[in-house]
Amino acid sequence: MSEWWTYRLEDFLLFSPRVYWRMFELHNAAIWPLHLLTLAAGLAIALLVLRRPRRHGLWIALILAALFALVGWSFLWSRYAVINWAIAYVAPAFGLQALLLVIGGAARGSLAFDRRDMTGRLGLLIMAVGIVVYPLLPPLFGRPWASAEIFGIAPDPTAIAALGVLLAASGGPVPLLFPIPLLWLLLSGLTLHAMGDPQAWLPLLAAATAVAALALRRIAR
Amino acid sequence: MMIITRRTFVKTAAASGAAFVLPGTAPGAPAPLMRAVPSSGEMLPAVGLGTWITFNVGDDPVLRNECAEVIAAFFEAGGRMIDSSPMYGSSQPVIGYGLEKLGRPKALFSAEKVWTSSAADGAAQIEQSRRFWGVPRFDLVQVHNLVGWEAHLETLFAMKADGRIRYVGITTSEGRRHDLFEQIMRAHPLDFVQLTYNVVDREAEERLLPLAAERGMAVIVNRPFQQGALTRQLEGETLPDWAAEIGAGSWAQFILKFILAHPSVTVAIPATTRVDHVRENVMAATGPLPDAAMRERMAAYIRDL
Repeated sequence: MSEWWTYRLEDFLLFSPRVYWRMFELHNAAIWPLHLLTLAAGLAIALLVLRRPRRHGLWIALILAALFALVGWSFLWSRYAVINWAIAYVAPAFGLQALLLVIGGAARGSLAFDRRDMTGRLGLLIMAVGIVVYPLLPPLFGRPWASAEIFGIAPDPTAIAALGVLLAASGGPVPLLFPIPLLWLLLSGLTLHAMGDPQAWLPLLAAATAVAALALRRIAR
Repeated sequence: MMIITRRTFVKTAAASGAAFVLPGTAPGAPAPLMRAVPSSGEMLPAVGLGTWITFNVGDDPVLRNECAEVIAAFFEAGGRMIDSSPMYGSSQPVIGYGLEKLGRPKALFSAEKVWTSSAADGAAQIEQSRRFWGVPRFDLVQVHNLVGWEAHLETLFAMKADGRIRYVGITTSEGRRHDLFEQIMRAHPLDFVQLTYNVVDREAEERLLPLAAERGMAVIVNRPFQQGALTRQLEGETLPDWAAEIGAGSWAQFILKFILAHPSVTVAIPATTRVDHVRENVMAATGPLPDAAMRERMAAYIRDL
């Protein structure tokens, strides 16, 4: 890209805020009532993490993997990439995340969700933001309920909840599972910022909190 | 002094009907100003339709129909040139949808771009764009932002020689790469150049606009409203009384008339999602245009706001 220093964030925005949020409305309408299943999956993850953190690492990883694959295919690839050609290059990363989760979960004894230090507890809070708080946001930002971003359907709450779950996880592959959700939240936050949307701070704050929590754990060690 | 915003102007125009007759919509209404393409003498209405952001609405059926209504109003008002690019997301299929819905208006002047760094992919991309639009051939294909310009110009001139396109051009925006742009203008027999020019961004006046006149190239002006930032900034500001002398009833028309009054400018291509705005934009190409002294007064007025 020539004269790259002359470009602003807004120059990379290909669509209007109206088109962006209507995209969620259309997607929600198209796949209803799958939301009930993905929310139930989110609650199942929360219950397993809270009550059986050591025994069901594989199931937690598999559920998360299925949801990343679903979001990557049905939302990013099939819908968002239509108005933003750059997303066609991003969507496969969600597939890769699904693959990493399957591999990480399947490896014998490699993933457990049993960390309850301060970082782990913060992770559970972040997970709750992704599963419970995100669907409630539309009226706070003056949008219709139909545009709600649901865990397992929309990328932001899925990435945020996954980060939370991963902060409570232990095992060899865990560090490999952070980059894709973190980078997605950075991209999404910058996109919302370029749109002038006040919700932009939320994905950025979630990503920054996760990074800070990881740093805190490292310092405490 | 009365404060007139773009919104209040449009409402007033709609309400008063006879006072603001739209070109092409009523008998005896003024036709838009026509400008000649220097390389052919073909006459084009001086206001076209851009599609950056505004037509990238994806598969949304409601918004697709709104875009079709904008295209319909554009043609009804006397417009012809619609400009797009493979870079604009779903804009190309949305244009194709609108044209199909309107029964393929004969007035269309299709302006497209090639945008790929791969020399080998240029022809295939143009063909894909043509299918999206659903036109037999493009009138004009431009090298978007000079990406891969050497190879693409070779392709485009060959396509022109074969009759597969009618005109060849290059584009830039927001003042980028003007030095290279000038070199290409001097070295190649382009039919069109597309650049950013408005009452605030006037760098093109120094070299590119005079050079286009000297070399006999038509000029398409993009981002006339700085992607809406300029009109948003002026909303609520007072339109001077003397704007009536040039027939500008809104800030949008004030800005467009400033652009169209430059003798080198052929077509300005504002983008919009609104039917009332597209009519208002084409209407800017009717009535008097400012002379050089008035243009300086207009620029100074906006600068001092």
